[in-house]
Order: sequence, then C-alpha cells, then structure tokens
Amino acid sequence: MELNGAQIVIQSLKDEGVEYIFGYPGGAVLHLYDALFQQDDVKHILVRHEQGATHAADGYARATGKPGVVLVTSGPGATNAVTGIATAYMDSIPMVVISGQVPSAVIGSDAFQEVDMVGITRPCVKHNFLVSDVTKIAETIKKAFYVATSGRPGPVVIDIPKDITAPNVKVPYNYPKKIEMRSYHPATQGNKGQIKKAVELLLSAQRPVIYAGGGVVLGEGSQELIELAHTLGYPVTQTLMGLGAFPSTDKQFIGMLGMHGTYEANMTMHESDLILAIGARFDDRVTGKLDMFCPYAKIIHVDIDPASISKTVRVDVPIVGEVKLVIRQLLDGLKDAKYKIDKKSSETWWQQINQWRGVECLEYDRNTRTIKPQFVIEQLYQVTKGEAFVTSDVGQHQMWAAQYYPFDKPRRWINSGGLGTMGFGLPAAIGVKLAHPNADVACVTGDASIQMCIQELSTALQYKTPVKIINLNNSYLGMVRQWQEFSYESRYSHSYMETIPDFVKLAEAYGHVGIRVENPDDVRGALEQAFAMKDRTVFLDILTDRTENVYPMIEAGKAHHEMKLRVAIGTTTDRELS
Amino acid sequence: MRHIIAILIENEAGALSRVAGLFSARGYNIESLTVAPTEDASLSRMTLVTRGSEDIVEQIIKQLNKLIDVVKLIDLQETVHIERELMLVKIKTVDKVRDELRSVVDIFRGKIIDVTPTSYVVEMTGTSEKLDAFIATVDKNSIIEVVRSGATGISRGEKGLHL
Repeated sequence: MELNGAQIVIQSLKDEGVEYIFGYPGGAVLHLYDALFQQDDVKHILVRHEQGATHAADGYARATGKPGVVLVTSGPGATNAVTGIATAYMDSIPMVVISGQVPSAVIGSDAFQEVDMVGITRPCVKHNFLVSDVTKIAETIKKAFYVATSGRPGPVVIDIPKDITAPNVKVPYNYPKKIEMRSYHPATQGNKGQIKKAVELLLSAQRPVIYAGGGVVLGEGSQELIELAHTLGYPVTQTLMGLGAFPSTDKQFIGMLGMHGTYEANMTMHESDLILAIGARFDDRVTGKLDMFCPYAKIIHVDIDPASISKTVRVDVPIVGEVKLVIRQLLDGLKDAKYKIDKKSSETWWQQINQWRGVECLEYDRNTRTIKPQFVIEQLYQVTKGEAFVTSDVGQHQMWAAQYYPFDKPRRWINSGGLGTMGFGLPAAIGVKLAHPNADVACVTGDASIQMCIQELSTALQYKTPVKIINLNNSYLGMVRQWQEFSYESRYSHSYMETIPDFVKLAEAYGHVGIRVENPDDVRGALEQAFAMKDRTVFLDILTDRTENVYPMIEAGKAHHEMKLRVAIGTTTDRELS
Repeated sequence: MRHIIAILIENEAGALSRVAGLFSARGYNIESLTVAPTEDASLSRMTLVTRGSEDIVEQIIKQLNKLIDVVKLIDLQETVHIERELMLVKIKTVDKVRDELRSVVDIFRGKIIDVTPTSYVVEMTGTSEKLDAFIATVDKNSIIEVVRSGATGISRGEKGLHL
C-alpha cells in the first residue's frame, strides 16, 4: 500500500488503535487535517485552545490508561500545547503530541509560525522526535507510542515539517508490529535479593506503614496493593496522585499524607519504623522538611524509575520494577517466609493510630449559614454514590475534593498534582466523558481556575459531553489567600477578583445549564438536579464561605508532626510511642 | 568529587542538547564535555567531567541513563582508567626565554608545533591536572591563548564501553 505522509500519520494512528485525537488545525498541519477528513475511524475533537487539547487528551489517558493523542499546528499551536505537555510529564501520563512544523527547507529561518518545538519541549517530555523523512513516519509513531506507554509513562512529541506530509509524495506503508530500541529497556521484575531483604524488614517491623503513590494507578497495581495491604494488615496512606488505588473506605486506609494530609497519616509516617513506598516519589508536598522526614524509619522503595529512588530521601532497600510485578514478588516472598507478622506489636501500633484518628482532623463547622466547601464535596460524594469520575483544577477546591470524596477505585480522581496546572479540570473532564460516556463526570473547580480554560465549554457542547461543573466560588484565589493569611499577615495581595463573570449567564451563553446556589439547604437539591440532567452540561456556581481554609496544613519548612490543625490540640510529643 | 562519565549515545540531531539541557535544568555542574562519532557511525561518544557529592553523581548517572538516546554509560571513576586531554597554548616568546620554555615543554613531554620570531604554539596531552600544572609554570603574561579539548578517558584492560 502506497500512502502520502499525511495518510501515513492517520493510518498509523488507526493501526495504533487510537479512538480520539484532540486538536486544532493550522497552516502546518493542513495536509494532516485533509487526511483526517477522508476517514471516520479516528475521531477528532476540535478544542477551543491547544492547552485544552492536551488537558482533554490527558484526562482521557488518566481515565483509561490508554495514551492521549493531540494534534496541533506549528508556532503558537505548539507553544499553547506546552503547559499541557508539562502537566502530563510531571504526572507521568502517556501522551503522544503531533505538532506541525514549517517546511524543512525554511526551518531555522524564522519562518511564519516557526518555533523550535523539539527544543522548547525537551525538558518536559519523556522523548521527542523531529521527522526528517516521509519513510520514517510510521516507525517514529510506533516508537513514540512505545516510549509514551512503557516504563514510567510520559508525553512524547513528534514534530513533523509540512513538506513531509505533502500529498504528492507517496511511499510504501508498513506499520511495525513491534519495535526494539537498543537504548531503551524499561525495568520489569524486581531484584530477588532486594525482595528478600524487603520481606524480612516487612515482617520484623513494629510500626510499619505503606505509602502508595500515582505509580500504583499508572502501573495497574491496585488489586495487588489491596492484597498486599490485607495480607500484612498494615496502615496505608496515599499521595494525592495515588488516591483510589487503595479504597479510601477500607479500614486500613488512614488518609492522604503530606501538606494537606490527615493528622493520622502524617503522624503515622513520622513515628513509623518502616515505610514501604510504592510508586511514589517523595515529592516536597509529601515530605515537608527533608531532614526531619520520618526520622525513625527504614525505607523500602518500589519504583519503575531508578532516578526516583534516593532522589530526595535516601532509601534502605531500593527495588526497581513494575509495581504490579514487584508486589506479586513481595506476596510470594511473604508466603514463603519462615516467620510471621508480630500480631501483638501490630495491635499496639493500630491503637496508637486510632488515637490519632480520634483527633478528627477533617471536622469543620457544620452549623453555619454560609456554604462550607467541604460540605459541597460530601454532598457530591453522596449524590454520585462515590462512583463519579472527579476532575479538579488547582487550589483549595482540589484539596477539599481529595479530602472529602473518598475514592474507592483507581483512575476516578483526576487532577494535576505535579505541575499544579489551573485550567486542567474542565478540558480533562471532557476527555474523561468521551472515554466513559455513561459515567457521571464532575469537575470540581474554583472561580479562578475555571476561567483559565473556560472556552472549552464550547467544545463540551459541540461533542455533547455532559459534565457537571462544581464551581466553589469564593471570589478569591483561595489557596493564595490562605497562604497570605498564614504567612503574610493577611496582606491579600492581588488574590481577590473584584469582577467575576455571572457564571450562570456564561454557561447559558455557551448553550448549557447554569444554576447558582447560595444557601446550604439548596446544595443537595442542586446537585441532584444537575446529575439528573443526563444529557446536559450543568454549571453549578456555588457561593461558598469566602475565608475558609484547608486543614490540616504542614507549612513550608515544617515536618510531618508539626501540622497546623483547625482546632489546636495539645502539642504532639515527638515520641509518644517507645 | 570529580567524576569522568563516558557515554555512548545515538548519533542523532539534538543528542548533545539533551545532555547539556539535563545539566542546566537540574543545576548539575559540568566541568567539560567532549563529543565525537565513534567507529560505529550511528553512535557518538561523550566524555563528561562533573563534580558533586556521591548523592548528586548517583542522580546524574540515573538521569543520564533515563535519556532515551543514551545507549550505555560508565563512570570511569569506578574503574582503573586512563585520562587524556589535549591542549594547545600560544605563548609570546622573547629571545632570552625561548630556550628555557623549550626545556619546560620537554619536561612536560609537549611539542612545539608552530614557531614565529615572537611566539610558540605548544601541543600537550595528559591528564587535566598535568595541563593545569604546565599553565601554572608558564609566565601568565606571556600566554596569548589556551585551547583545551576537555578530558577524554578510557578504562584499562580488555573490558570496554561498547555495544
């Protein structure tokens, strides 16, 4: 079969099983768009801004585990996509971004809409390619999908000069079934010696804790994690990215850890003598002050990326491998082990943890006439029966969603954890809804974040993706305001928006339903009404308590046991146990 | 501590910038970096000299290995190895010091490869330390220019860095 470059790109995507491609046309990709027009297998979603394309593809990828695919033109199309590429990179999301480039002959001449896409994206992609020959397109696309989805996943950019996709040059087409790269061999099984050491430590620990991250979601290791945790009977805490990998309603779950983690999770980490870290990367929002991090603990770290191990915190037993396989190895090791878990010390440890739980760090004032944002999330959980896919933007609302919506399944909680990209939530929700048309999809957002990609309301109408937008509207850049309250003596420098659009009218202008909620008693009804409208995108503009803060909080430079709680309790002693 | 890292990398456009970009993005220190094709035209070999604590060098090696284009690498510091750097120095010469300079060049086993009535160009190879020592010996004011290749290195014995 002989095809031209543009047809090869589209045919390769078909052969790769691509269902949706999120994009925006422009000069350098017109040949590609013409080839897209002449087929129906790969469905194109026309966004309203290239950032929206990358976030929508990202949401699709997070909700399915399949790579998200993006098509943008050269120059501004490419640079607009960069924020979304960096977002996917920081959270290790598989994505393939095809960008048009000016014709080969004028590359480097500052041609119209020229930008060095390979250079600009180098620090925020897993890998990138500039295709220099029409005969290399198919192989390059195969490599891109392989690299993006294997090992530690990540975004891959393919930059294609316009002449390479020209209609008049036809070459034989062959999409490779498999690809080998001599320079790329992702790890699989963990080292046996290390597994043995880990099993010994796990069985001899007095105050153990499992600290699981987004790698468990990405590596499809949820079932294995549950089995391991239940076998050991140890407490499990999860990072913001890991939520859902272990059921939040399981009695062994002690909440999220880190800056806005629960009191019990952070105290358990601080007092622990053994941490089993799985698919987590000891990020600064998790560790707090590094030299005070888990002072009594030995650390076992399971990760597919060797560079994640001992990067910020030195670990005692590093295990490089796929989480799914390594946990299986650990389970086998535990089965064969000569001695068993010390039930008695385990009981003492749980007693201590339950004492910390008793602090009820997530309690808030429920008897107010203002709408508490936490209450909205609790109601959202009840109305959706905990089954919704929830995307979020970035800020206070993101933390409340993470704290008050207990996720029981992986891939249900979709947010920008690493880069912290405002504007992520709405386009991501559109991507999720395309992947799961029959599921409830909610975008928990704030009045500031939602305005960063609000134009995608138009995309939501065109492609009939009825998502529910839960806008926790407090007129502030809430998290900035909170930091200014705590650290800058309440000098609210430019964190208040004096003019906010009428979101109800705005939603209506975009062809959707808008509902404003101003009274706590109306929250439940409005949510039920919104989710009952199965085929409509509904924008719930919920006016919440303007000065509510996210608690608990570990402020910058503090350690896990130095949390700021809503209600101050007696100073925790460093070593209550021993 | 100083480490010499030898890297085999796919000989493709942009490979050098991936390595250089990694160092600037992550704030690692590069003392010198040399790159040239090998006997296999599809591979380039880089020699990179860096300084850092053991933790940092461990991260550098992991991050380099993570680059998709990097095929193989070795920290020469961990093996018995030979290090060589090439240096060319142009030195202003006046009659009375020409002989003396020649004997210093001999002591350092260098060569004078260009002579004019007022200047020498000296070629010298050796460890970076030896080249530093030569520079320190020559009168500073007489040096017109110095060009150094950056260190290259190879391990001793039969084993080598190849595919």
